[in-house]
Amino acid sequence: MTKRVVHYVNQFFAGQGGEESAHLEPVTVEGALGPGLQLQTLLGDEAQVVATVWCGDNHFAENLESTRREVLRRIASFEPDLVIAGPAFNAGRYGMACGEVCRSVTEELNIPALTGLYPENPGVEIYSRDIYIVPVADSARGMKVALQTMGALAAKLLNGELQGTAEEEGYLSRGRRKNFFFAENGAVRAVEMALAKFHGQPFKTEFEMPVFDRVPPAPALKDLKGATIALVNSGGVVPMGNPDRIEVSSASHFGRYSLESLEDLTAQAFESVHGGYDRTYVNDDPDRVVPLDALRALEKEGVFGRLYEYYFSTVGTGTPVKNCSRFGTEIAGQLKADGVDAVILTST
Amino acid sequence: MRLELRRAVVEGLVFGPATGLDGGLLTVDADEALRCLEGISLTKMRLEIARPGESVRIIPVKDVIEPRCKVEGPGEVFPGFIGDVETVGEGATLVLDGAAVVTCAPVVGFQEGFIDMCGPGADYTPFSKTKNLVLIAEPEEGLEKHAYEGALRMAGLRLAHYLAKACASVAPDRTETYELPPLAGRNSDLPRFVYIYMLQSQGLLHDTYLYGVDVKKILPTLIHPNEVLDGAVASGNCVSACDKNTTYHHLNNPVIAELYRRHGVDLDFLGVIVTNENVVLVDKKRSSSYTAKLASMIGADMAIVTEEGYGNPDTDLVMNCAKLERRGIRTVLVTDEAAGADGASQGLADAVSEATAVVSAGNVNAIVVVPPMDRVLGWPESIATLSGGNESSLRPDGSIETEIQAIIGSTNELGFSAIGSRWV
Repeated sequence: MTKRVVHYVNQFFAGQGGEESAHLEPVTVEGALGPGLQLQTLLGDEAQVVATVWCGDNHFAENLESTRREVLRRIASFEPDLVIAGPAFNAGRYGMACGEVCRSVTEELNIPALTGLYPENPGVEIYSRDIYIVPVADSARGMKVALQTMGALAAKLLNGELQGTAEEEGYLSRGRRKNFFFAENGAVRAVEMALAKFHGQPFKTEFEMPVFDRVPPAPALKDLKGATIALVNSGGVVPMGNPDRIEVSSASHFGRYSLESLEDLTAQAFESVHGGYDRTYVNDDPDRVVPLDALRALEKEGVFGRLYEYYFSTVGTGTPVKNCSRFGTEIAGQLKADGVDAVILTST
Repeated sequence: MRLELRRAVVEGLVFGPATGLDGGLLTVDADEALRCLEGISLTKMRLEIARPGESVRIIPVKDVIEPRCKVEGPGEVFPGFIGDVETVGEGATLVLDGAAVVTCAPVVGFQEGFIDMCGPGADYTPFSKTKNLVLIAEPEEGLEKHAYEGALRMAGLRLAHYLAKACASVAPDRTETYELPPLAGRNSDLPRFVYIYMLQSQGLLHDTYLYGVDVKKILPTLIHPNEVLDGAVASGNCVSACDKNTTYHHLNNPVIAELYRRHGVDLDFLGVIVTNENVVLVDKKRSSSYTAKLASMIGADMAIVTEEGYGNPDTDLVMNCAKLERRGIRTVLVTDEAAGADGASQGLADAVSEATAVVSAGNVNAIVVVPPMDRVLGWPESIATLSGGNESSLRPDGSIETEIQAIIGSTNELGFSAIGSRWV
């Protein structure tokens, strides 16, 4: 069965003029138009460009939400299998419109969408994690190559055949890592890469170093006397039975547990569910990871004001940094709201 | 130092009245094999066989060991555990190529893993391709966890040695010679390579042994690659299944194999520096500085650095990298990534800008669903507490949905397998 494609372009590529027509509202045209004619040739009998929706760039940019919805409505009415937008090259407003259309189609119509943008087009940074963006030249002089690459990716998406890496398939990475099996094992690849590095020949690292969000520690408290102190740990100490079902590794959430009227974490009432270390010692005495006994003693001595009435716990092992960042933000938010002045973080 | 590996190929594995290898068929006398484990603090010991392609799951797996024994030269394989502590790596060693001993016990919470002999899970582990003699055992009552780990480690090494020893008189199918001249007097024009062999030593059951010495207590040290081929490095650790180096991986270290293969062709293989991955910063600083100094002393131009485990040892990895690079020794690192099930998280816990050449051994968090198997050896419910699994991993029909980190060797950071992560 012939697949159905809807194409989105701006006023210029719809043949309606340049800046003077950039205020025009969305228009639907049956069949292919402008660059869509060449796309139709490239797609052949497999797919048909059933309609083209175009809109003025300024109108889209200035009425973003309403225009987005209107364009989406027009596209949805054709029940397409795929949506192609652009290519928009290095055009800022047009690039944003293409990104917005593709993201809406992907998320709300749940069908694949792709566009073509110059890698430095601001739309790339905003939309590349959500949609397929084919890297194209910075101006319409690169139209022929752009349409060829976009057409090839479109054909694969229509057939559900996307098996390779972003680079092999011809789109900009959506920021996700995927496992592949290669011809050579990792050791062979490592020695090959090392020889290239030694000889100053080009080589491609398989993993670019992540950039870390380094957080400078907050200044020390001047006076502990009135301070409220909280306990937070990634050592997996939870009430016996793990009521929140925190995973033994790759935790998806954290727990908050009351310390009210407790002087000590006993082995009968608390345990660690952490899957990354031998829990013999912590399960013998959970205070080894959540030092409640020591803090209660210091609290009585008046060394600090009071211990916060809850402690937070999660499992650190194998847990993606993205989850950890979310846990940190949420825990810090709750502590801040409850007027906690300092936190003792313990791991394992 | 010159070592011959005499490989006798094992095509089949069966139980029978007498242990021996004949025409590629390895026969095991189970009663006699179990007798070599006398004195070890394990109970309910039994042996099973798992062959490639069979509908068998082994869970939870502690270690995998290739059967080897010395047939000529000083010492015995697995020094410090089998025989004495004589320096190994010379003479000749028999290898039962294609066979493996797999130890399986309810070591819950120790980060063990599983092996599927067929289906999609089999693609992720090298031990779906070996003919496996599986030891299933339980600890003696009241056995403390560290003693339990030690007992299981010893049982695996003894069984592997026993199998090879029983076949010591067979003619090998092929012989490989491994020889490097002394460092002094080498006048090769080729780039000088050193291998930095990071071993898991975080403690609390994350230990590795060199000649029987717990490596968290060593300063980094220079060894000959042949020593590794003779089992000088043995796994005693319970780190995540995906990137723990089993003793089998150590014996068949792929970086050593590749550096030997290219030695004298396009590189000059100097040797191996064994270092550790201790948990405290002062140890990390000391070991990484000492490692870089040793590499510099022997005149290395290039270093291949392999990690074991993820998270905490990522710091050791990048400290080694930075200190080697600052001494002018260029590096390539092999590591896996914990990028989340959707692959969208950053994959390392630490990073340095000097790490410009990295080989990815895959994303440990990728999800796989493995179908039920006709035969399950061990304790399938343990998937709930294995790293990568959770309480809902084991489905009522016996299939398992888990991260690949629960599969033995799935993202091995010696670069043993062909897996790797890329951007999509």
